[in-house]
Amino acid sequence: MGKLTFSMGGVHPHDSKFSRACAIEELPLPQTVYVSMAQHLGAPAKPLVAPGDKVVVGQVIAEPGGFISAFVHSPVSGTVKAVAPRKDLAGNPVMHVEIAVEGDEWDPAIDRSQDLVTAIPDDKAAILDKIKAAGVVGLGGATFPTHVKLSPPPGKVAECLILNGAECEPFLTSDFRIMVERPKEIVVGAAIMQKVLGGCPCVIGIEENKPEAIASMSAAVAELGYPGIQVQVLKKRYPQGGEKQLIDAVMHRQVKSGGLPIDVGAVVQNVATSLAVYEAVQKNKPLITNVLTITGDQIPVSQQHNYLFRIGIPLSYIVEHAGGIPDSAAKLISGGPMMGKAISNLDATTVKGSSSVLYLSEAATRRQPETNCIRCGKCADACPMGLEPFLLNRLYKVGDLDALEQNAAQDCIECGCCLYSCPAHIPLLDQIRQAKGQVMGVIRARAAAAKAAAEAAKAAAEAK
Amino acid sequence: MDKKYIVSPNPHIHANVSTTSIMRDVIIALCPAILVSVLAYGWAELLVLAVSVLSCVLLEWAVTRWMMKRPSTVGDLSAVVTGLLLAMNLPSAIPLWIVFIGAFVAICVAKLPFGGIGQNVFNPAITGRVFLLVSFPAQMTNWNPTPGFVALPDAISGATPLSALKEALKSGSTIPQFMEANGYDLASFLWDAGASAGEISAGALLLGFVYLLIRRVVKPWIPVAVLGTMAIISAIFSGINPEVYTGVQFNLLTGGAMLGALFMATDYVTSPMSTLGGVIYGIGIGVIAMMIRYFGSYPEGMSFAILLMNCTVPLLNMWFHQKKYGRA
Repeated sequence: MGKLTFSMGGVHPHDSKFSRACAIEELPLPQTVYVSMAQHLGAPAKPLVAPGDKVVVGQVIAEPGGFISAFVHSPVSGTVKAVAPRKDLAGNPVMHVEIAVEGDEWDPAIDRSQDLVTAIPDDKAAILDKIKAAGVVGLGGATFPTHVKLSPPPGKVAECLILNGAECEPFLTSDFRIMVERPKEIVVGAAIMQKVLGGCPCVIGIEENKPEAIASMSAAVAELGYPGIQVQVLKKRYPQGGEKQLIDAVMHRQVKSGGLPIDVGAVVQNVATSLAVYEAVQKNKPLITNVLTITGDQIPVSQQHNYLFRIGIPLSYIVEHAGGIPDSAAKLISGGPMMGKAISNLDATTVKGSSSVLYLSEAATRRQPETNCIRCGKCADACPMGLEPFLLNRLYKVGDLDALEQNAAQDCIECGCCLYSCPAHIPLLDQIRQAKGQVMGVIRARAAAAKAAAEAAKAAAEAK
Repeated sequence: MDKKYIVSPNPHIHANVSTTSIMRDVIIALCPAILVSVLAYGWAELLVLAVSVLSCVLLEWAVTRWMMKRPSTVGDLSAVVTGLLLAMNLPSAIPLWIVFIGAFVAICVAKLPFGGIGQNVFNPAITGRVFLLVSFPAQMTNWNPTPGFVALPDAISGATPLSALKEALKSGSTIPQFMEANGYDLASFLWDAGASAGEISAGALLLGFVYLLIRRVVKPWIPVAVLGTMAIISAIFSGINPEVYTGVQFNLLTGGAMLGALFMATDYVTSPMSTLGGVIYGIGIGVIAMMIRYFGSYPEGMSFAILLMNCTVPLLNMWFHQKKYGRA
C-alpha cells in the first residue's frame, strides 16, 4: 500500500517539529502536586481521600463519577493536604487533591522493572477491568475513557483497530518520541487491545514526516510477530490524526453524522494510550505519567524538551525547570498550535492528556484584523468535514439555526483549518463553535421532547 | 505571569495568506501579458494602464475615506487588479478621460456601492468596460495600433481579428477568404493576436495563469469549463460549415476568451464557491460568448457572457454545495 490520507479538506502547516531529537527526560518531583478530578471526558471523578491521609504512588485517590468517567491515582507518595477547588488551564474551578510529596514510595503491586512482558492475558474481561482500574483514558486529545471505547455496544463488531501515530499537530513530538523509544511496549499494548476487541486487525498509522518512528515501529511489529498488526505510512496533512479523518484514510469509510466510529467497524486509539494500556495490563501501573513537549517557534533547541512527567505537577514548575518562559513568547499553549488551548493560568496542573507547553511568538500567533470575505472558498477547501465555513459564519450572524443544522454546523470538529486558511482573517471557527453549541442544544432538546412524547404515548396506551 | 500573554481560541497559527497577498499574486500573473502589450503598443499602452490603475486606486481611497467614512481598503490591492484588468480591455489609442470614466464606473458603481471588496455582484472591471463599450462605441473599437517598442507582424489597422471577421462575413466573404486576405496565421495568434492588451497574447495570459495555479490562488475548473465549452461549440459549428463559423483555435486565441476565462471569470467574488457551481457557471459563459460571436451583432461576447453569468452566482451558490463528510 502507498501512503494514505483522508479524502477531503485539510491543510499543510509547516510541521515545526524542532524538538524531535530531544530524548525523553524524566522530570524531577516538585514539593506539591495537584491532582485534578476532571482529567477525562465525562463526569468528574469522586475523591476517596481526605486531608491528612497518607498515599503511595499508584494508590487510587478517586473513583469514577459516572459510566463515562475514570479512576484517578496518586502520582506521588506523601500526605494529602487538601481536597479543594483550584483553577484549571482556562481559570475554571475544578476539584483537585493536593498532595505534599514525601519520598517516592510505590504501590508494591506495580512492576517497575524495564522487562518487556509480551504474553497477552487470555481473559478479556480481566483485561478490561485492569484498563478501567488503571484509569486509562484516550491520550490523543479527547481523554475519553479507554475501557468504554474498547467495549463496543451489543451488535457492533470492531473490524479494525487503528493506532493513531499521526501526530499531525505541528510542534508536538511526544508521540514521536515514545514511538522511537518505546515501540515494543506500544505494539504489545496494541495486541492487548486487539485481543479485547476479538482479534480484529490493527493498523498503526504514522505520517511520512516521522521516518524514525516508522522504522522503529515496523521493526517492533516484525520482531514481536503478533498476527494482524501492520504499520501504514500516511501523507503529512492536518488533521490526519482526527478520528474521522484517520478512519477515512485507513479504512476508506466515513462515519455518519452523529454516528460513532464503531458504526463503521473502527476503533481508534492513540499510540500513547496503547503504551498506557500496556503498562496497566502488563505492569499493573495506572496512568500516572505521560510525555509532554516543551517547544516553541523562537526558542533554541537546547531549551526544548520531551519530559516524562507525573500527572499533577503544576505547569509553572515544568516551565521553571525548563528554564522559564522565553522572552519571545507572546502566547502559551497547552497542546498543538491548531487545536491546543491557550494557557491563561500557568499555576494549572498537568492532567492525563497534557501533551505540551508551546510558546508562540507574537509574529506567529497574533491574529490579524478581520477584513471583508472575498468568497475565495479557501475555508471550504480546507474543511476536512466538507462544510462551508463562510456560509455557517453568515448563517450564525443572522441566527438561522434551522439552516445551520441543514448545513451541518454540528459536524464541525473544531480543527481550525478554516480560520487557519482564511485570507480575510475572519474568526470563522469562533463563530461556528458557538453555532455548533446552539444547534446541538436544539438537537438534544428535540430528542428529549421526542422521548418524552413516546413515553407519554406508551403510558396512555398502558392506561387503556 | 507578570507579563501579559495572549489568550484566544484555536487555531493559534495562520497560513499567512491575506487578501493582499492573493491580489499581489494576481498582479504578478498579469505581468507577462502586460509586458507583451506594452512592447506592442508602446507609451500609449503604458499611459492607459497607469491612468486606469491610478484612477481606480484614488477613487477607492477617496470614496472609502470621505464618503463611506471607513478605513481605506486600497492596501488590499484589489483596486490595482481592477485597474489593470480594465486597462487590458481597452484599445491603446483610447482617450485617457474615457479610461477615467471606465475606472469610475468600475469602482464607484460596480464595487463600492455594494459594500466594497467581496460584496459586489458584478465584476467591476467588466462592468466598466461594458459601460464604455455601449457609451463610446467609436473610441472603444478604434484598434489603430499605437507605435510600440517592437514591430507587430500581424497587426491590421482599425480592427481586431474578431471585428474584422464580422465585417467580412457581413460583406459576404467566407472565412478561408478572410484569413487569406488578411494574411492571418493561426499559430502566431498564441503570442500576438493584434488587439487590446488583454487580448493580444493568449500565451502570456496562460503563463500567468499557470503561476496562479502553482500558487493555489485559483482552481482550474472554471477556465476549463469556459474554454472547453467554447471549443466544443466551435468544433460543432465549424464542422458543419467552416465557411461561416470560425474554428476552435480561432475562437480560443482571439478576443477576450483567454483573459475572460482565466482572469475575469475566476474572480472569487463574482463566481460560485462550489466546484459544480463553478463548472455550470463556466459552461454558461462559454455558451453565451459563442452565441454572441456567431449570431450577435457584436463581434465579441465574453464581457456580456461573464456579466450575465455573474447574475446567476447567488442561485448557483444556493443550489450547489460541497460534498460533506459522512453524508451521502
